[in-house]
Amino acid sequence: MTDVREIGLSVLSDAKETRSRVIQVEKGLISRNQELAEQNRQWFKVSNTLVFNVLSSPGSGKTTFLARTLSDLNNGLKAGVIVGDLATDNDAERIRASGAKTAQITTGGVCHLEADMIAKAAANLDLAGLELLVIENVGNLVCPASYDLGEDFRVVILAVTEGEDKPLKYPKMFKTADVVIINKIDIAEVVGFDREAALKNIRNVTPGAKIFEVSAHTGKGMEGWYGYLKRRLV
Amino acid sequence: MHEVGIAHNIVDIAEDYARREGAESIRTVALRIGAMAGVVPEALEFAFETAKAGTLAATATLDVEYVPLLCFCADCQLEFEIKDRFGIALCPHCSEPSADIRQGFELELRYLEVV
Repeated sequence: MTDVREIGLSVLSDAKETRSRVIQVEKGLISRNQELAEQNRQWFKVSNTLVFNVLSSPGSGKTTFLARTLSDLNNGLKAGVIVGDLATDNDAERIRASGAKTAQITTGGVCHLEADMIAKAAANLDLAGLELLVIENVGNLVCPASYDLGEDFRVVILAVTEGEDKPLKYPKMFKTADVVIINKIDIAEVVGFDREAALKNIRNVTPGAKIFEVSAHTGKGMEGWYGYLKRRLV
Repeated sequence: MHEVGIAHNIVDIAEDYARREGAESIRTVALRIGAMAGVVPEALEFAFETAKAGTLAATATLDVEYVPLLCFCADCQLEFEIKDRFGIALCPHCSEPSADIRQGFELELRYLEVV
Protein backbone atom coordinates (compact mmCIF):
# COMPACT_ATOMS: atom_id res chain seq x y z
CA MET A 1 0.00 0.00 0.00
CA THR A 2 2.81 2.34 0.96
CA ASP A 3 4.70 1.49 -2.22
CA VAL A 4 1.73 2.29 -4.39
CA ARG A 5 1.23 5.66 -2.78
CA GLU A 6 4.88 6.53 -3.21
CA ILE A 7 4.77 5.55 -6.86
CA GLY A 8 1.59 7.54 -7.28
CA LEU A 9 3.15 10.65 -5.77
CA SER A 10 6.28 10.41 -7.84
CA VAL A 11 4.29 10.04 -11.06
CA LEU A 12 2.22 13.01 -10.11
CA SER A 13 5.25 15.17 -9.42
CA ASP A 14 6.94 13.98 -12.62
CA ALA A 15 3.87 14.94 -14.58
CA LYS A 16 3.91 18.34 -12.97
CA GLU A 17 7.58 18.80 -13.85
CA THR A 18 7.07 17.92 -17.50
CA ARG A 19 4.15 20.31 -17.77
CA SER A 20 6.22 23.27 -16.70
CA ARG A 21 8.59 24.64 -19.30
CA VAL A 22 11.03 27.49 -19.66
CA ILE A 23 10.71 30.38 -22.09
CA GLN A 24 13.96 32.25 -22.71
CA VAL A 25 13.35 36.00 -22.82
CA GLU A 26 16.64 37.91 -22.25
CA LYS A 27 15.05 41.30 -22.66
CA GLY A 28 15.79 44.64 -21.02
CA LEU A 29 13.02 45.74 -18.66
CA ILE A 30 12.93 49.26 -19.97
CA SER A 31 13.39 48.26 -23.62
CA ARG A 32 9.94 49.61 -24.48
CA ASN A 33 11.08 53.05 -23.36
CA GLN A 34 14.20 52.65 -25.50
CA GLU A 35 12.10 51.87 -28.59
CA LEU A 36 9.88 54.91 -27.98
CA ALA A 37 12.96 57.08 -27.41
CA GLU A 38 14.33 56.03 -30.81
CA GLN A 39 11.00 57.00 -32.38
CA ASN A 40 11.25 60.41 -30.71
CA ARG A 41 14.82 60.79 -31.94
CA GLN A 42 13.74 60.14 -35.55
CA TRP A 43 10.87 62.59 -35.20
CA PHE A 44 13.17 65.33 -33.78
CA LYS A 45 15.65 64.74 -36.61
CA VAL A 46 13.00 65.00 -39.32
CA SER A 47 11.68 68.27 -37.87
CA ASN A 48 15.25 69.63 -37.54
CA THR A 49 14.91 70.30 -33.82
CA LEU A 50 17.92 70.12 -31.48
CA VAL A 51 16.85 68.51 -28.18
CA PHE A 52 18.61 68.45 -24.85
CA ASN A 53 17.57 66.88 -21.56
CA VAL A 54 18.39 68.74 -18.33
CA LEU A 55 18.94 66.70 -15.19
CA SER A 56 19.87 67.67 -11.65
CA SER A 57 18.95 67.48 -7.98
CA PRO A 58 16.03 69.56 -6.76
CA GLY A 59 17.18 73.11 -6.05
CA SER A 60 20.30 73.14 -8.25
CA GLY A 61 18.93 76.06 -10.28
CA LYS A 62 17.64 74.20 -13.37
CA THR A 63 14.76 76.56 -13.99
CA THR A 64 16.82 79.73 -13.41
CA PHE A 65 19.52 78.35 -15.74
CA LEU A 66 17.00 77.58 -18.49
CA ALA A 67 15.03 80.81 -18.09
CA ARG A 68 18.24 82.85 -18.46
CA THR A 69 19.52 80.76 -21.38
CA LEU A 70 16.25 81.10 -23.25
CA SER A 71 15.76 84.81 -22.65
CA ASP A 72 19.40 85.59 -23.60
CA LEU A 73 19.16 83.53 -26.80
CA ASN A 74 15.55 84.35 -27.54
CA ASN A 75 16.52 86.84 -30.24
CA GLY A 76 15.19 84.96 -33.24
CA LEU A 77 15.57 81.51 -31.68
CA LYS A 78 12.39 79.46 -31.81
CA ALA A 79 12.50 77.38 -28.65
CA GLY A 80 10.15 75.14 -26.72
CA VAL A 81 10.47 73.60 -23.28
CA ILE A 82 8.89 70.50 -21.85
CA VAL A 83 8.80 70.93 -18.09
CA GLY A 84 8.49 67.88 -15.89
CA ASP A 85 7.30 68.58 -12.39
CA LEU A 86 5.94 66.44 -9.63
CA ALA A 87 2.87 68.46 -8.79
CA THR A 88 2.84 72.15 -9.77
CA ASP A 89 3.32 74.25 -12.91
CA ASN A 90 5.34 77.00 -11.18
CA ASP A 91 8.47 76.12 -13.19
CA ALA A 92 6.61 76.28 -16.52
CA GLU A 93 5.34 79.72 -15.55
CA ARG A 94 8.91 80.98 -14.97
CA ILE A 95 10.10 79.55 -18.30
CA ARG A 96 7.16 81.04 -20.21
CA ALA A 97 8.25 84.48 -19.04
CA SER A 98 11.40 84.04 -21.20
CA GLY A 99 9.29 83.87 -24.35
CA ALA A 100 9.67 80.13 -25.03
CA LYS A 101 6.69 77.90 -25.68
CA THR A 102 6.12 75.41 -22.87
CA ALA A 103 4.39 72.10 -22.39
CA GLN A 104 3.92 70.89 -18.85
CA ILE A 105 4.11 67.29 -17.70
CA THR A 106 2.88 66.85 -14.15
CA THR A 107 3.99 63.34 -13.27
CA GLY A 108 1.83 63.08 -10.17
CA GLY A 109 4.68 61.75 -8.07
CA VAL A 110 6.55 59.68 -10.67
CA CYS A 111 10.24 60.40 -10.20
CA HIS A 112 11.35 60.65 -13.84
CA LEU A 113 10.13 61.39 -17.38
CA GLU A 114 9.68 58.60 -19.93
CA ALA A 115 9.83 58.68 -23.72
CA ASP A 116 6.06 58.28 -24.24
CA MET A 117 5.36 61.32 -22.01
CA ILE A 118 7.74 63.34 -24.20
CA ALA A 119 6.02 62.21 -27.41
CA LYS A 120 2.64 63.37 -26.05
CA ALA A 121 3.97 66.70 -24.75
CA ALA A 122 5.95 67.44 -27.93
CA ALA A 123 2.81 66.90 -30.00
CA ASN A 124 1.38 70.03 -28.32
CA LEU A 125 4.39 72.19 -29.25
CA ASP A 126 4.34 72.24 -33.09
CA LEU A 127 7.80 70.71 -33.35
CA ALA A 128 8.29 71.59 -37.03
CA GLY A 129 8.47 75.27 -36.08
CA LEU A 130 11.04 74.77 -33.30
CA GLU A 131 14.83 74.93 -33.64
CA LEU A 132 15.43 73.98 -30.03
CA LEU A 133 13.50 71.79 -27.62
CA VAL A 134 14.59 71.61 -24.00
CA ILE A 135 13.38 68.90 -21.66
CA GLU A 136 13.53 69.91 -18.01
CA ASN A 137 13.45 66.58 -16.22
CA VAL A 138 12.14 65.95 -12.71
CA GLY A 139 14.68 67.04 -10.06
CA ASN A 140 16.31 63.71 -9.19
CA LEU A 141 19.81 62.33 -9.77
CA VAL A 142 18.88 58.65 -9.72
CA CYS A 143 15.92 57.47 -11.80
CA PRO A 144 16.02 59.86 -14.81
CA ALA A 145 19.51 58.56 -15.66
CA SER A 146 17.99 55.27 -16.84
CA TYR A 147 15.46 56.75 -19.26
CA ASP A 148 16.49 57.83 -22.75
CA LEU A 149 13.96 60.36 -24.04
CA GLY A 150 15.32 60.64 -27.58
CA GLU A 151 17.41 63.74 -26.83
CA ASP A 152 20.56 64.76 -28.75
CA PHE A 153 22.53 65.48 -25.60
CA ARG A 154 22.28 65.57 -21.81
CA VAL A 155 23.07 68.44 -19.50
CA VAL A 156 23.63 67.65 -15.83
CA ILE A 157 23.64 70.60 -13.41
CA LEU A 158 25.58 70.54 -10.15
CA ALA A 159 25.24 73.49 -7.78
CA VAL A 160 28.24 74.46 -5.62
CA THR A 161 26.02 74.02 -2.56
CA GLU A 162 25.70 70.28 -3.27
CA GLY A 163 29.30 69.37 -2.51
CA GLU A 164 32.15 68.38 -4.77
CA ASP A 165 31.76 64.61 -4.31
CA LYS A 166 28.30 64.37 -5.90
CA PRO A 167 29.63 63.04 -9.24
CA LEU A 168 31.17 60.13 -7.34
CA LYS A 169 27.96 59.47 -5.42
CA TYR A 170 25.79 59.45 -8.55
CA PRO A 171 28.17 58.08 -11.17
CA LYS A 172 25.38 56.68 -13.34
CA MET A 173 23.85 60.11 -13.83
CA PHE A 174 27.16 61.88 -14.41
CA LYS A 175 28.42 59.14 -16.73
CA THR A 176 25.53 59.84 -19.11
CA ALA A 177 26.22 63.62 -19.21
CA ASP A 178 27.49 65.33 -22.37
CA VAL A 179 27.63 68.68 -20.57
CA VAL A 180 28.14 69.32 -16.86
CA ILE A 181 27.15 72.76 -15.58
CA ILE A 182 28.59 73.87 -12.25
CA ASN A 183 26.01 76.43 -11.13
CA LYS A 184 25.87 79.13 -8.42
CA ILE A 185 29.60 79.92 -8.67
CA ASP A 186 28.78 83.41 -7.31
CA ILE A 187 28.38 81.84 -3.84
CA ALA A 188 31.12 79.20 -4.16
CA GLU A 189 33.44 80.92 -1.71
CA VAL A 190 30.77 81.40 0.97
CA VAL A 191 29.85 77.71 0.95
CA GLY A 192 33.49 76.56 0.86
CA PHE A 193 33.24 74.86 -2.52
CA ASP A 194 36.42 72.99 -3.48
CA ARG A 195 36.56 73.77 -7.20
CA GLU A 196 39.62 71.66 -8.00
CA ALA A 197 38.16 68.59 -6.29
CA ALA A 198 34.85 69.03 -8.10
CA LEU A 199 36.52 69.32 -11.52
CA LYS A 200 38.69 66.29 -10.78
CA ASN A 201 35.67 64.23 -9.73
CA ILE A 202 33.65 65.19 -12.79
CA ARG A 203 36.56 64.38 -15.12
CA ASN A 204 37.09 61.06 -13.36
CA VAL A 205 33.48 59.99 -13.79
CA THR A 206 32.81 61.42 -17.23
CA PRO A 207 36.09 62.29 -18.98
CA GLY A 208 34.41 63.30 -22.27
CA ALA A 209 31.87 65.83 -20.92
CA LYS A 210 32.12 69.59 -21.51
CA ILE A 211 32.22 71.51 -18.23
CA PHE A 212 30.92 75.08 -17.83
CA GLU A 213 31.17 77.01 -14.56
CA VAL A 214 28.36 79.53 -14.34
CA SER A 215 26.08 81.59 -12.21
CA ALA A 216 22.64 81.48 -13.79
CA HIS A 217 21.65 84.11 -11.25
CA THR A 218 24.25 86.79 -12.20
CA GLY A 219 24.95 85.52 -15.73
CA LYS A 220 28.66 84.97 -15.08
CA GLY A 221 30.22 82.28 -17.29
CA MET A 222 27.09 81.73 -19.37
CA GLU A 223 28.79 82.83 -22.66
CA GLY A 224 30.81 79.61 -22.91
CA TRP A 225 27.64 77.56 -22.63
CA TYR A 226 25.86 79.75 -25.20
CA GLY A 227 28.80 79.25 -27.59
CA TYR A 228 28.51 75.49 -27.20
CA LEU A 229 24.74 75.58 -27.71
CA LYS A 230 25.03 77.78 -30.83
CA ARG A 231 27.58 75.37 -32.32
CA ARG A 232 25.17 72.48 -31.70
CA LEU A 233 22.32 74.46 -33.28
CA VAL A 234 24.14 74.97 -36.59
CA MET B 1 7.70 55.00 -7.45
CA HIS B 2 10.23 53.99 -10.06
CA GLU B 3 9.85 50.30 -9.20
CA VAL B 4 6.09 50.37 -9.83
CA GLY B 5 6.64 51.19 -13.52
CA ILE B 6 9.31 48.51 -13.80
CA ALA B 7 7.04 45.93 -12.14
CA HIS B 8 4.33 46.68 -14.71
CA ASN B 9 6.91 46.30 -17.50
CA ILE B 10 7.89 42.91 -16.08
CA VAL B 11 4.26 41.74 -16.08
CA ASP B 12 3.63 43.14 -19.60
CA ILE B 13 6.69 41.46 -21.11
CA ALA B 14 6.06 38.20 -19.24
CA GLU B 15 2.40 38.00 -20.32
CA ASP B 16 3.35 38.81 -23.89
CA TYR B 17 5.86 35.95 -24.07
CA ALA B 18 3.65 33.53 -22.14
CA ARG B 19 0.66 34.16 -24.44
CA ARG B 20 2.75 33.76 -27.55
CA GLU B 21 3.89 30.36 -26.25
CA GLY B 22 0.34 29.35 -25.34
CA ALA B 23 1.07 29.11 -21.60
CA GLU B 24 -1.76 28.97 -19.07
CA SER B 25 0.07 30.62 -16.23
CA ILE B 26 3.50 31.87 -15.20
CA ARG B 27 5.21 30.20 -12.26
CA THR B 28 8.53 31.98 -12.12
CA VAL B 29 9.85 35.23 -13.54
CA ALA B 30 13.65 35.22 -13.54
CA LEU B 31 15.34 38.62 -13.49
CA ARG B 32 18.89 39.91 -13.61
CA ILE B 33 19.41 43.12 -11.62
CA GLY B 34 22.70 44.97 -11.41
CA ALA B 35 23.72 46.82 -8.26
CA MET B 36 23.76 50.02 -10.34
CA ALA B 37 20.36 49.47 -12.00
CA GLY B 38 18.73 51.99 -9.67
CA VAL B 39 16.25 49.44 -8.33
CA VAL B 40 15.58 48.67 -4.69
CA PRO B 41 14.91 44.89 -4.62
CA GLU B 42 12.39 45.04 -1.74
CA ALA B 43 10.46 47.83 -3.45
CA LEU B 44 10.40 45.88 -6.71
CA GLU B 45 9.13 42.70 -5.02
CA PHE B 46 6.43 44.71 -3.29
CA ALA B 47 5.40 46.45 -6.53
CA PHE B 48 5.37 43.11 -8.38
CA GLU B 49 2.86 41.69 -5.89
CA THR B 50 0.41 44.43 -6.91
CA ALA B 51 1.22 44.49 -10.61
CA LYS B 52 0.74 40.75 -11.12
CA ALA B 53 -2.85 40.61 -9.77
CA GLY B 54 -5.37 39.44 -12.34
CA THR B 55 -2.71 38.54 -14.94
CA LEU B 56 -1.12 35.27 -16.15
CA ALA B 57 1.57 35.99 -13.55
CA ALA B 58 -0.94 36.18 -10.65
CA THR B 59 0.75 33.32 -8.75
CA ALA B 60 4.26 33.86 -10.07
CA THR B 61 7.31 34.38 -7.90
CA LEU B 62 10.39 36.42 -8.74
CA ASP B 63 13.76 34.72 -8.99
CA VAL B 64 16.36 37.46 -8.96
CA GLU B 65 20.01 37.08 -9.91
CA TYR B 66 21.90 40.03 -8.45
CA VAL B 67 24.91 41.28 -10.38
CA PRO B 68 27.55 43.02 -8.27
CA LEU B 69 29.06 46.32 -9.34
CA LEU B 70 32.53 45.77 -10.77
CA CYS B 71 34.93 48.58 -11.61
CA PHE B 72 38.33 48.48 -13.28
CA CYS B 73 41.40 50.47 -12.36
CA ALA B 74 43.52 51.01 -15.48
CA ASP B 75 46.62 52.03 -13.51
CA CYS B 76 46.67 48.88 -11.37
CA GLN B 77 45.03 46.62 -14.01
CA LEU B 78 42.71 45.54 -11.22
CA GLU B 79 39.02 44.65 -11.29
CA PHE B 80 37.29 45.35 -7.98
CA GLU B 81 33.81 45.10 -6.50
CA ILE B 82 31.95 48.04 -4.96
CA LYS B 83 29.76 46.84 -2.09
CA ASP B 84 28.11 50.18 -1.30
CA ARG B 85 25.34 50.62 -3.89
CA PHE B 86 25.91 54.31 -4.53
CA GLY B 87 29.40 54.23 -3.16
CA ILE B 88 32.48 55.91 -4.48
CA ALA B 89 34.46 53.65 -6.78
CA LEU B 90 37.93 53.86 -5.27
CA CYS B 91 40.55 51.35 -6.31
CA PRO B 92 41.48 49.27 -3.21
CA HIS B 93 45.13 49.30 -4.34
CA CYS B 94 45.85 52.94 -5.30
CA SER B 95 42.72 54.67 -3.85
CA GLU B 96 42.07 56.56 -7.11
CA PRO B 97 38.43 56.78 -8.28
CA SER B 98 37.50 54.71 -11.31
CA ALA B 99 34.84 55.53 -13.91
CA ASP B 100 35.31 52.29 -15.79
CA ILE B 101 32.27 50.28 -14.72
CA ARG B 102 32.44 46.74 -16.09
CA GLN B 103 29.11 45.38 -14.82
CA GLY B 104 26.23 46.33 -12.56
CA PHE B 105 23.84 48.23 -14.90
CA GLU B 106 21.83 45.10 -15.82
CA LEU B 107 18.03 45.25 -15.61
CA GLU B 108 16.73 42.30 -17.60
CA LEU B 109 14.11 39.59 -17.75
CA ARG B 110 16.08 36.34 -18.19
CA TYR B 111 13.42 33.66 -18.60
CA LEU B 112 9.97 32.51 -17.55
CA GLU B 113 8.88 29.20 -16.13
CA VAL B 114 5.35 28.56 -17.33
CA VAL B 115 2.71 25.85 -17.36
